[in-house]
Amino acid sequence: MALTLEQVRHVATLARLSLTPDEEQRFTTQLSAVLDAVEQLQALDVEAVEPTSHATLTSSRLREDVTRPSLPPEKSLANAPAKAGTSFAVPRIIE
Amino acid sequence: MQLTDLTMMELAAKLSAREVSSEEATRASLARIQQVDPKVRAFLRVDEAGALAAARASDARRAAGSPASVLDGVPLGLKDLFLTEGVETTAGSRILEGFVPPYDATVVRLLKEAGLPLVGKLNMDEFAMGSSNESSAFFPSHNPWDVSRTPGGSSGGSAAAVAAREVFGALGTDTGGSIRQPAALTNTVGLKPTYGRVSRYGVIAFASSLDQPGPMTRTVADAAALLQVIARPDAQDATSSDAPVPDYSADLEGGVRGLKLGVPREYFTEGMDPEVEAAVREALREYERLGATLVDVSLPHTKYALATYYLLAPAEASSNLARYDGVRFGLRAQDARNLREVYTLTREQGFGAEVKRRIMLGTYALSSGYYDAYYLRAQKVRTLIREDFTRAFQQVDALLSPTSPVPAFKLGEKVEDPLSMYLMDIYTLPCNLAGLPGLSVPCGFTKAGLPVGLQVLGRPFDEAGLLRIARAYEREHDYFRRSAPL
Repeated sequence: MALTLEQVRHVATLARLSLTPDEEQRFTTQLSAVLDAVEQLQALDVEAVEPTSHATLTSSRLREDVTRPSLPPEKSLANAPAKAGTSFAVPRIIE
Repeated sequence: MQLTDLTMMELAAKLSAREVSSEEATRASLARIQQVDPKVRAFLRVDEAGALAAARASDARRAAGSPASVLDGVPLGLKDLFLTEGVETTAGSRILEGFVPPYDATVVRLLKEAGLPLVGKLNMDEFAMGSSNESSAFFPSHNPWDVSRTPGGSSGGSAAAVAAREVFGALGTDTGGSIRQPAALTNTVGLKPTYGRVSRYGVIAFASSLDQPGPMTRTVADAAALLQVIARPDAQDATSSDAPVPDYSADLEGGVRGLKLGVPREYFTEGMDPEVEAAVREALREYERLGATLVDVSLPHTKYALATYYLLAPAEASSNLARYDGVRFGLRAQDARNLREVYTLTREQGFGAEVKRRIMLGTYALSSGYYDAYYLRAQKVRTLIREDFTRAFQQVDALLSPTSPVPAFKLGEKVEDPLSMYLMDIYTLPCNLAGLPGLSVPCGFTKAGLPVGLQVLGRPFDEAGLLRIARAYEREHDYFRRSAPL
């Protein structure tokens, strides 16, 4: 299935990627080739088949809902590109 | 014989007998890294101070007669996907360059508690997406058996470091073959445990329903011992299993007499290198000589595994990698003028081509209007692939196949052709889709001296069975004694 340049741009927007014009071109070709290859799944009749999300998992592991220590703010913020007090700082979002 | 030529178990015996100290072994490992890593380039960073401190602590425990485990003092390397408190962890990506984790992954904590000095972080394909190490944002690693070739991927640095005897063993992760394929390409043993056997807490996520950490070692016994340390239920990982953990070394020498071993015909198809096929067929004959019965089996949905995987894994990755947004850790684009640009420019600058390609593919497969046709359909085909294995294991105890269709290929050969790179995983990724344990054990060399691996696949939680089957072959063929021409 051939993807259009417009579709690639739309998916990039959804994925929060700002692609260069060169990448847009390259991904249009390469992703079309991958989609062609996965097209074979359409040939199978899976109407009555249940989907598998986790192969060996029957139920999630649960634990008691008790308070446990978590990372202190200075550790949580240690890798922040920008911080203000005990918060992560980002550019102003309301003008 | 140098100290670094010892296997993990041989070193453990010498540590236990106090013939060698952990500090000596760790210094030998560090010296070997200095000597050969300029050619192999397996390491992204070496933690000399941390490793030596852990080694001295280990020696003190041994001196006091209270070792923390059988492997106390055996130096190990870690794929750079495992969070290590205080030691930079990048997942092979620019977007995490400089990231210093505030906590240890569960398996890292378990290794430290067992007393293993951790000598450094090993190169990998960016976010574990690749089969050659060439998508590492930093540099490709080289195969010790021929440095013009790839050591495989994504745990290529781990495999190369073990094969080059820079470390005694390593941990890798396997989402579609990332432990087994590089093991096959480097004459090492790689074990992907059953999904849920080993905790994923603190292992940087690629595709959460497929990822599984595991040992990469020179011998089967080493893999068993290392698995023993890391196989543990973990309350921090909701998908971790409560299944009882057996003694993986107890039945290692039990042999294969009387076992039924399946040979899936779909795993011997065209496109396989003739020398790989010959080595694997010879290994099959060896199993017959050892008293196993070979059974021809069919896994009819095998041909759909690649397509299924390349929809599900990118879909999960596109969701997991949404967290790299320039806000809380890692890179932030300096030229961003507003919050939206913080996201889009950071991701544009921080991710490499293969990661972007998979995020795009996964986002598309999950997007409105395509979800049913791609993602949901792939999940249903995943059920069919899993059922193939369930049926096969009613007939046989384990399955044997090649690990990789080809031996190590030249660096640069497949970089511009993603589809041909994806084909490297055709024999390894059905195992991840089905959540099964899988192992690669060395089974010979091509005429050009390139290693070939034999894959053993088993029932869920039958790691002990796989190890025993692999050991039966290894006992007859100790390829692990051969050292790479560095």
